[in-house]
Amino acid sequence: MKPSGIPDAAAPARARPAVYDAVIIGAGLVGAALAYGMRPALAEVAVLDEGDIAWRASRGNFGLVWVQSKGLGMPAYARWSLRSARLWPRLAARLLDETGIDVHLEQPGGLFPMLDDVETEARVKFMQALHGQPDMPRYPWKLLDHKEAAALVPGLGPAVRHAIWSPVDGTVNPLKLFRALHLALGRAGVDYLPRRPASAIARGDDGIFSIATPQGTIRGRILVLAAGLNNRPLGGQVGLDVPVRPQRGQILALERTRRLLEIPLNTLRQMDEGSWLVADSQEEAGFEDRVVGLPVLATLAERAALTLPALRDVRIVRSWSALRIMSPDGFPIYQESQTHPGAFVATCHSGVTLAAAHALELAPMIAAGALQDGVSSFTSRRFHVQKA
Amino acid sequence: MFKRLEAAAGRPLHLTFEGRPLVCRDGDSVAAALLADGHAACRDTAVGNVPRGPYCMMGICYDCLVTIDGRPNRQACMTRAREGMAVERQAGAREIAP
Repeated sequence: MKPSGIPDAAAPARARPAVYDAVIIGAGLVGAALAYGMRPALAEVAVLDEGDIAWRASRGNFGLVWVQSKGLGMPAYARWSLRSARLWPRLAARLLDETGIDVHLEQPGGLFPMLDDVETEARVKFMQALHGQPDMPRYPWKLLDHKEAAALVPGLGPAVRHAIWSPVDGTVNPLKLFRALHLALGRAGVDYLPRRPASAIARGDDGIFSIATPQGTIRGRILVLAAGLNNRPLGGQVGLDVPVRPQRGQILALERTRRLLEIPLNTLRQMDEGSWLVADSQEEAGFEDRVVGLPVLATLAERAALTLPALRDVRIVRSWSALRIMSPDGFPIYQESQTHPGAFVATCHSGVTLAAAHALELAPMIAAGALQDGVSSFTSRRFHVQKA
Repeated sequence: MFKRLEAAAGRPLHLTFEGRPLVCRDGDSVAAALLADGHAACRDTAVGNVPRGPYCMMGICYDCLVTIDGRPNRQACMTRAREGMAVERQAGAREIAP
């Protein structure tokens, strides 16, 4: 087997087509998953990547494949997340087969810990409201007391009074996922075009899109915006309203240890290679992703140490921040433009959880040229209901 | 592999590495002390269990991890040698007790 970290230099160089079947703007997890899923149906697919100045949410995330807390206000999002979690084993197996990279999908269930009774009361209320919705998909979840949670997490701190458990949650290694998708794209003959920030987009009378970049114009019959926070300005050029904003999250990485934690918490996980990630902060702090700050990091560290006291002795080796791509209600936006048919947008803050649904369900729809009923809840028209 | 500059002599310090005596000089990092004493490798990696030793000597590469006085995963290049230090090879990922 080829070492997985080495680019596939054996891929033959080919002439680039004058017009691609599809051009995807954005080479993060959303763009890469869509390109991966569109390629079987389309011969010529290009993915444009902005460059190292991009915000790169795909390289800063926590890697949960998470379902249990999603969809209050939109049960369709709960269904879509659950669908993706169930499709995930198929995606992971395919990537392993095609690239030799094990993305370390683990779906042993997940825990949402609560450190006092106020948190518990609020969370239980939330879960009851979520699961009380008429169209909510049914899956098991349970409020565990400390003893029940400690049976799943050896060494669980006494500060964890309760936890919400669900068997549908899990994790992957998000950097390995990113690498596997890109390696698979290269092997499938998708053109990955780096250093191509898209500027002007035009749709000709022949329906072909022209995307201007500093290295020339790229043309394609289908245009997919998968550019994260840049979907907002890019969408405006093709009649798509994409009201996304940045929400900053900070992460602590702890040194590698022998495996101890076999089930992920939404705030704490151990990677396949032994390091630990602590996360789940949310800040409305604009586009600044180069800042980490003690107030947030100290809180993350304190909660992690209360959750698993053995971690007090484990050193922090890195911290970083990254920007979630948030819509006004937090749910994805998938939509085809009415004014520029053939132009689609796909954006969400859960590019890991939804990677399987994007690759195996959404991508074939876009490749066939129309979004189907399964994703009809996710247009941005929902933000424009007439006010009474 | 490495030869000391005699002009840079500091007073001798006495450490142990894997229980055996190791003499270095005041001002050495633990990594420098190990290299000067001929130990190119000081750990086995956490994932592949292959030997590694001090490389960047400036705190970045984490390849010089050792256990010092019972504390695992110390960066030898960022730790100044002290009289009496007990340095041990870091064998794979450290353990933590739940």
